[in-house]
Amino acid sequence: MRSDAGWGLKLGAAAGLLFLHLPLLLIFLYAFTTEEKSFQFPPPGLTIKWFVTAWFERPDIWGPLYLSIKVAAIATVLALIFGTLAAAALSRAKFYGKDSLSLLFILPIALPGIITGIALRSAFDIMNLPFSTWTIVLGHATFCIVVVYNNVLARFRRINSYMVEASMDLGADGFQTFRYVVLPQIASALLAGGMLAFALSFDEVIVTTFTAGQQSTLPIWMLQELIRPRQRPVTNVVAIIVIAVTFIPILCAYYLTREGEHTGGGGK
Amino acid sequence: MTHAVSFQNVTRHFGQTRAVDDVTIDIAQGEFFAMLGPSGSGKTTCLRLIAGFEQPTSGTISIFGEEATGLPPYKRNVNTVFQDYALFPHMTVGENVAYGLMIKGVARGEREASAKQALDMVKLSGFDQRRPAQLSGGQRQRVALARALVNEPKVLLLDEPLGALDLKLREQMQEELKHLQRQLGITFVFVTHDQGEALSMADRVAIFNEGKIVQAGPPSEIYERPRSRFVADFVGSSNVMSPEFSKAHGGPEAWVSLRPEKINILTGDQKVVSNQFNAEGRITAIHYQGAMTRVVIEANGTRLSATLPAASKTLAEGQTVRFIWAKDAIVEMEKA
Repeated sequence: MRSDAGWGLKLGAAAGLLFLHLPLLLIFLYAFTTEEKSFQFPPPGLTIKWFVTAWFERPDIWGPLYLSIKVAAIATVLALIFGTLAAAALSRAKFYGKDSLSLLFILPIALPGIITGIALRSAFDIMNLPFSTWTIVLGHATFCIVVVYNNVLARFRRINSYMVEASMDLGADGFQTFRYVVLPQIASALLAGGMLAFALSFDEVIVTTFTAGQQSTLPIWMLQELIRPRQRPVTNVVAIIVIAVTFIPILCAYYLTREGEHTGGGGK
Repeated sequence: MTHAVSFQNVTRHFGQTRAVDDVTIDIAQGEFFAMLGPSGSGKTTCLRLIAGFEQPTSGTISIFGEEATGLPPYKRNVNTVFQDYALFPHMTVGENVAYGLMIKGVARGEREASAKQALDMVKLSGFDQRRPAQLSGGQRQRVALARALVNEPKVLLLDEPLGALDLKLREQMQEELKHLQRQLGITFVFVTHDQGEALSMADRVAIFNEGKIVQAGPPSEIYERPRSRFVADFVGSSNVMSPEFSKAHGGPEAWVSLRPEKINILTGDQKVVSNQFNAEGRITAIHYQGAMTRVVIEANGTRLSATLPAASKTLAEGQTVRFIWAKDAIVEMEKA
């Protein structure tokens, strides 16, 4: 492939990419270091004993990991339901203030997490709602819904509006129409939106800080570990787990939506 | 005999606009019925009222003698061929056609056989494994037709089904649709804004304007005897003469219409005979159209167009001519 960019620009781009991704490599590297007090470079030696330690000797990881997965799973399910409903409503109905409402749906992801966090915390305070898994789930659902909403809305726009009518014309009631005509066409958008939502929720820190109370999700546990380290490389092992759990779904979501666009374009 | 579709004083409002305004019409069983009118005249809303996508604001609709008002689309034994076909892109052609039967719970083998049969009927044998995206516009149209007909509807609704096709394909489909309708004996209700299409295919045509049916009847009656200026103008661009002009040239003192092909231009030694009216005018334009030549004549401030069988070399723009028409070619209209 021929490129018109000068070597200076290429070098700059390469440097930028390195700057973004080298620290990630360091996280992998220090998960294997033999030195547990400080991050000295180069590591004095390499070992896989921290993976074993994390698995067998650190029961304090399991609670936060379980809580994070639980919160992400519930928030994703909520997002799938409400995001789809909102997208369906806004793609079909025409009413005054539709654009403003659409903006309100997207706002939680545009708003700084710290604002959402403070707002939710004071709302919970006013309602005398004690912190629980559900307060975290509510906080995460605010932005998870947006991700699903955006994905599904884009898909709805590509679905011919007469198709729903055609299905009902051929004898299908509302549920059958959803099951056989709408769902198959939005399925990959739902999967992509859901995976993205799960990944977002799983590594969320800011909103969680305000809505978790004394509970620790995995990212918060990691933050505490950095402040009061013991067996430092264990944190890196957990970081690798977080990368795996969040990156794989995002990668899948990327490929699914890309493929969806391809087949969608073919329907023209 | 009960009517296939019967509208009794049906009105449909959308906010302030009356899309359909007090329509009463009966469509006979086995009839090929066309609804013709400009866009926004209410013809498509009438079709959607029959299908059940819209409900009347007032009035009643019955289908084969059964009250249909309030019934959702999936509880009516009518099927629609949509303007843009609305095929399901995630299903094969065969699955598309078999969809209605699947919903009804017909066993897989049986419905696949029925779908193949329906595809044979629309000359798409062997296309059942393809996807709609792999078909041409004309082929998709046939799939949409097969998908509707496989359910053996009592009434088939067609919403401008030929609009997206090119001229040659459209003419071919017109013939095929008419043939299918005769063969199956199903009542067809066909919406179009193309008057040629309506006149050539339908047993009866209803002309829509501003939510009302302004005239309904067989194509020849609609064409020969338009009851209002709107119909005269919309169906075949008839000449409309004011009461004054008509009276001045021997006709009745009323708005009258005169078909362009009923006008002749006198040449040389031809004389006006007793059963003819005549007038003098100036040729303002000559449009050569192959088999026909359209001549625009201005007479006493009234513009008339005449279609003459072939290109006449003796006529020229600016020329003053005497033109004639038979007395009985004048059609008196009820309202201006």
